[in-house]
Amino acid sequence: MSDHNYVPTSKLGKWFNDRLPLLTLADHLKEYPTPKNLNYWWTFGGILTFCLMTQIITGIVLGMHYIAHVDLAFDSVEHIMRDVNYGWLIRYVHANGASMFFLAVYIHIFRSLYYGSYKSPREVIWIIGMIIYLLMMMTAFMGYVLPWGQMSFWGATVITNLFSAVPFFGEGITNWLWGGYSVDNPTLTRFFSLHYLLPFLILGLVVLHIWALHVPGNNNPIGIDLKKPSKDTVPFHPYIVIKDLFALLLFLIVFAFFVFYSPNILGHSDNYIEANPLVTPAHIVPEWYLLPFYAILRSVPDKLLGVIAMFASIFILVILPWLDTSKIRSAIFRPIYKQLYWILVLDVLILGYMGAMPAEGTYLLIARAATAYYFIHFLVILPLLGKREKTLAVPLSITEPVLGGSPNPQMVKKRELG
Amino acid sequence: MSEKKKVQRRDFIFTASYALGAVGVGAVVWPLVDQMNPDRSVKALASTEVDVSSLEPGKSITVLWRGKPVFIKRRTEEEIAEARNVNIKDLPHPEKDEDRAKNPEWLVMLGICTHLGCVPLGDKGEYNGWFCPCHGSHYDTSGRIRKGPAPTNMEIPKYEFVNSNTIKIG
Repeated sequence: MSDHNYVPTSKLGKWFNDRLPLLTLADHLKEYPTPKNLNYWWTFGGILTFCLMTQIITGIVLGMHYIAHVDLAFDSVEHIMRDVNYGWLIRYVHANGASMFFLAVYIHIFRSLYYGSYKSPREVIWIIGMIIYLLMMMTAFMGYVLPWGQMSFWGATVITNLFSAVPFFGEGITNWLWGGYSVDNPTLTRFFSLHYLLPFLILGLVVLHIWALHVPGNNNPIGIDLKKPSKDTVPFHPYIVIKDLFALLLFLIVFAFFVFYSPNILGHSDNYIEANPLVTPAHIVPEWYLLPFYAILRSVPDKLLGVIAMFASIFILVILPWLDTSKIRSAIFRPIYKQLYWILVLDVLILGYMGAMPAEGTYLLIARAATAYYFIHFLVILPLLGKREKTLAVPLSITEPVLGGSPNPQMVKKRELG
Repeated sequence: MSEKKKVQRRDFIFTASYALGAVGVGAVVWPLVDQMNPDRSVKALASTEVDVSSLEPGKSITVLWRGKPVFIKRRTEEEIAEARNVNIKDLPHPEKDEDRAKNPEWLVMLGICTHLGCVPLGDKGEYNGWFCPCHGSHYDTSGRIRKGPAPTNMEIPKYEFVNSNTIKIG
């Protein structure tokens, strides 16, 4: 944390700040030294904060019109779409907002993977981020159940049945989750309650995420430690604020395109059929952002092992800072990792595609190969590669390549040792 | 503090306080956890009676019991023969058809795939029984799992014939 001694100029400000140092906090956020070489991949933190606020605000408004009851939920959503003033707009922003949220979070996570932002000393930021991601998936899943369409009902049935794979306690756990013997009214009302609660937990974790970020400061595209403040940094305001706002504007164009021109393209048409516990849709698919995990679940022929593989694929990300043994953060200076990174991106995209296809024949074989590669990448390749890879020379500072720069003493030592 | 620590009166009081505190926390948390379990009104809907007099051989009906679909199938001679002429050892979840359908003409079972809870489709699949469209599990004419990710046969609920036309499930 920067050790500035901020003193408010006005007498009232000084009086207040002595009692609650909010103005010091505001000044810290304003002056926060940021690496000057941050590229546009670093703007997604701000975009994600915007997405969270959008979901909370539209969600609170929808909650004023929605009725969580099996007989009324489906109709109340149609009531929002047809009768409530601007209801269609608010619901489409909320529904597509979830997809935009995940789009942004995936870019944010893969940014971190490319530039090694999860490595020491930023492991805690990364782990908090993964908890946020997990809560996002839970929130999105429960939100998708609320309209009580066919996909809502059967998605809820399939996902809650994952817990029936637990030995001995499986049935007890699923009955406890449902509040009955199948997905029914008690399930819907508790999902509504939790869907309302979790975003506020996410908000709290976002504060911790940013707090933890402000201790070591931002990573940067060349992934070196910086002296702060120095020639290598710029104050957060106005430099980063303006850049983030510009990126947000571009992001909003994509967001608005979905909301106004193809609001249902990311959803499934079966969800406009009211839930029917007697008929399963011919082809159940989760929302696109969960497809890679769904593909992993289906690619294992055993029920319990499939569930374990799916949860492991997420947990493996939590321990990533200790699986990647390389001390060099940025992929720019890791020629082999850089290629493997893009193979991983491709692998996850393939898994996503396979998750949307029926689990049979060639699709199943490809999904199995992609699942195997996903685990090999994290459990075998990354630990070994960090020890063997010949990395390129890392510059001593951001300005060094241009101006000669002011060398960071720690990095000089590292280079001499290497 | 190099001396070996003696257990003091105060240590006992601390341990006793923590233990009592833990019991207290548990007593407060349990109602909050248990409220999510099936409530009395849900448990009260325990049984369903079904009139099956109009069901032709080879046809089946689906009824709701405890919010779950139950298949009632009046099997044909061929279907019964197919179910009974299977080598038990070849089954992933070995169960005799005689144990699953006490009255061979009537198969009453939960229409829920034991994989992840979808409703399988009737008269489909490689074994002429049921096929689950979600993740591709094949069941035979006795509702036993033959191929696919489902771990066990479809469940047989508790049921009885009240008279020759009525089945009571639950």
